[in-house]
Amino acid sequence: MSQSLGVGVALGLPVVGAALVALAGKRPNVREAVTGLTGLATFVAVAALYPAVVAGRLPELQLVEAMLPGVPLMFRVEPLGMLYALVAAGLWPVTSAYAAGYLREHHEQNQTRFFVCFALSIFAALGIAFAGNLATLFLFYEVLTLATFPLVTHHQTPEAQRAGRVYLGILMGTSVCFLLLAIAFTYYAAGTLDFVPGGILRGHVATSSLPLLLALFVYGCGKAALMPLHRWLPNAMVAPTPVSALLHAVAVVKAGVFAILKIVVYVFGLDLLRDTGASDWLMFMASVTILLASLIAFKQDNLKARLAYSTISQLAYIVLGAAMVTPDAILGGGLHIATHAVGKITLFFCAGAIIVTAHKTEVSQLDGLGKKMPITMAAFLIGSLSIIGLPPTGGSWSKWLLALGAAEQSPVLVGVLMLSSLLGIGYLLPIPLRAFFFDPPASPAREHGHGHGHDHDHGHAQDHEHGEAHPLMLVPLSLTAVGCLLLFFYSQHVVALLRPLVTP
Amino acid sequence: MSEHLPILMVLVPLLSAPLVVFIKHRKASRVIATLACALSACAAWTLALQMSSAVSYPLGGWRPAIGIELRVDFAGAYVAAIVSTIATFAISLGTRGTREDVVGREMFFYAAFLMCVAGLMGMVVTGDAFNVFVFLEISSLSTYTLVAMGKERRALTAALNYLFLGTLGGTFVLIGIGLMYQMTGTLNAAAVSARIREVEHLRTTHVAFAFLAVGLGIKLAVFPLHQWLPGAYSQAPHAVSSFLAGTATKVMYFQLIRVVVSFFGVAYVFDTLHFGDFLLPLSLVAMFAGSLSAIFQPSLRRLLAYSSIGQVGYLTLALSLGTEAGLNAGLLHLGAHAVTKTALFLIAAAFIAQVGDDRLDRLSGLGKRYPLLSLGFVLGGLSLIGVPGTVGFVSKWALLEAVLAGGRPWLAFLILASSMLAVVYVFRVVEVLYFRAPLANAPPLARERADWGSWVPAGLLVLVSVGLGVWSELPSEYVATAAQSLFGGAR
Repeated sequence: MSQSLGVGVALGLPVVGAALVALAGKRPNVREAVTGLTGLATFVAVAALYPAVVAGRLPELQLVEAMLPGVPLMFRVEPLGMLYALVAAGLWPVTSAYAAGYLREHHEQNQTRFFVCFALSIFAALGIAFAGNLATLFLFYEVLTLATFPLVTHHQTPEAQRAGRVYLGILMGTSVCFLLLAIAFTYYAAGTLDFVPGGILRGHVATSSLPLLLALFVYGCGKAALMPLHRWLPNAMVAPTPVSALLHAVAVVKAGVFAILKIVVYVFGLDLLRDTGASDWLMFMASVTILLASLIAFKQDNLKARLAYSTISQLAYIVLGAAMVTPDAILGGGLHIATHAVGKITLFFCAGAIIVTAHKTEVSQLDGLGKKMPITMAAFLIGSLSIIGLPPTGGSWSKWLLALGAAEQSPVLVGVLMLSSLLGIGYLLPIPLRAFFFDPPASPAREHGHGHGHDHDHGHAQDHEHGEAHPLMLVPLSLTAVGCLLLFFYSQHVVALLRPLVTP
Repeated sequence: MSEHLPILMVLVPLLSAPLVVFIKHRKASRVIATLACALSACAAWTLALQMSSAVSYPLGGWRPAIGIELRVDFAGAYVAAIVSTIATFAISLGTRGTREDVVGREMFFYAAFLMCVAGLMGMVVTGDAFNVFVFLEISSLSTYTLVAMGKERRALTAALNYLFLGTLGGTFVLIGIGLMYQMTGTLNAAAVSARIREVEHLRTTHVAFAFLAVGLGIKLAVFPLHQWLPGAYSQAPHAVSSFLAGTATKVMYFQLIRVVVSFFGVAYVFDTLHFGDFLLPLSLVAMFAGSLSAIFQPSLRRLLAYSSIGQVGYLTLALSLGTEAGLNAGLLHLGAHAVTKTALFLIAAAFIAQVGDDRLDRLSGLGKRYPLLSLGFVLGGLSLIGVPGTVGFVSKWALLEAVLAGGRPWLAFLILASSMLAVVYVFRVVEVLYFRAPLANAPPLARERADWGSWVPAGLLVLVSVGLGVWSELPSEYVATAAQSLFGGAR
């Protein structure tokens, strides 16, 4: 199979899947089988590109010679994009299985539309991952926003509508006002939009305007949820939990930080940023976001909201890695895309399983739940350890690399990372601890009628006897929890994949 | 045969108009009108695609400057092709619901429509200043008639409003042409531009340009001369508002370009008169005020009409740069917006035919009922915003590059900020379509399904606007050639 054909297949499969899902809409079993199989096939197609990328032969595919004058619509799979694509495509089939269980147990409406938009979102994410120039990246970035909009507003309630406005307003507003401006300026200045190792801006942009251009790019990628443009992410939690899990912990938010990393590496070039110090301010903003978001996460009693703020904090790690522009920091940032994705999706899977099975949405309601749902809560513990960055989970390595990078820059940044890990222990670990070691509340029946969050519109929320989550949810969340552990032992492969980014 | 193409695309609709009235047959008149527009479009496309340089056609065999010359350059052929094509799409609009505004008056309606097409096409192809005025009046008078044929009584007020302002504009154009003739002694474009050098320091020449610019500005709906537009667009019969939205202001814009570039010359207009400094603030205000007003409109067609005022702001902004890149962006946006806005008006027509009236809240919950129409509206709306992958993005990109090349990044930011307003008004409609429950007390829908005639023309235009957003090479290259030959290194 030729390489460019491989890229085309990987991109085309989710679209075909979306069409088939739409056709099979009337028969849920067929529909979900199609989704799952498409997900697996897409993952295989993406993984098939891996050997070529590792060997340094970057697969290319050009669809349109001139989408804009002098700018083709084209894809080139480089290491960073390979990693992001593997993460997104790899977690898609797992999430499909989980979503099938979740939506049925939760009696959601419009399930066909849900799966169609889901497949289109993955298509857009892969387009972002493989984009060979800024225009292609921007195209798929907007497609991703639009494809996820119906998922965020899935319930079509006034609350969902409000969240949808914030979502679209911030994501589209920043991308149109800032990102497009930055891209247009880049083309005007450099005469090209291609991603070139070493960057394209050197000698074309005045040193004094580099920080401003970087700011336009970073805040233009609103999906990275860097403060103060983070409000859309907690709002997006109104979506069904599988959406929060795959899109708002993996595909969408990682699209933002991935784009920032890619722009830093391939548009600015590490040397240019290091020489001019244009990214110094970004280290400060990223550090502020890391700490503030962690502090806010403390205050959240709603489980999904707490996870959302934790995501904002963790995304800022990756931005920090990009801003520090040392080789270790870039590698750490890239690795963190993978480790945080697997860890956070585990946590969201668990949160969704708790909502559907135990009808509990608040952290304070979880006392003693570990006895009823031991596997779910064990997975939650593993995911938490990975997010905090403790062995034996993958998260420890990405934090380690980021800390090494920070040590080269300034001891203050190391302090920020350590403090944030402590905060992580504070807001994540109590959850499994309460579940396993606290006694269940005495008269839980009174829980009914209050404290149920937005993700919950059941009338039958009595504290009924329940056991573990539905197998269709339990298996996926166990798989991703195991993934967290595996990443601890195999993360050197990820680092090896990314190494070409920092060794010109 | 092929050398007669320039005159054919005017003559065919012009002569079909009396034919429609004579035949006096309801069905036949529609067929004749559609055929005439389609033939005119064929002529325009043939010319546009086969021409290698500007085409000059001496009317009646008289030498230019003595006789009347028709002169079609790349830009003219491009605009002519757009106008005639959109006329074909608009007139072929096929539901009973959208035609019932003109029941009993079909032949007059179609005759006036054909006159309007002939007038607009004539303005585009002629190389003679007085001809511009004649064709301007032909198209204007027929437009007033067409607007007055709207279903509601408010259409009469709208038509009268348009008549007053339009006549004012026409008169200004005439005065401008008269002064120009006084100064140069000729009406032929090429001859005028050759002689204007000698008189360009005289105040009468300045005044001639001012009259022409303001007169065309009224017809182009440049802010604050746009008062006629919302009423006319929202009250006219659907076929007419779809047609006008895509063509009327565009032809006037092209005419303004020609006055600036072909008659008076870029150097004079921008360096001596500083026309750009005058046009730029007005364009900026139009971009924001038009789009902002669109957000608060209670009816779908008024929303689209105010959006047009904002979009005209982008057109004049591109012209105000006074560069070839700006001209290129303006011509691209002319085409992009023509296709997009016509598609949206056609979709609006299909919706209104189903629910019976124009108010936005009557569209509540129709997203589920008419999924294809609604999807078409979303895609067209995205093109209006300028989301990548649509033709609106291609023209916005050209505009951004033109502005940046002029060294004004803050202007680029304002352009993008104003397109955020487009996001708001487009998604306001999207929310109504998809989020609101259908009205409880709504009268029943006209039909269960929208019949195919009402959405196929719109669907085709939506496909074009999305397709050209990805395969943008064809329009981009053609327009680049057009802008280059029009501008000719003038500055």
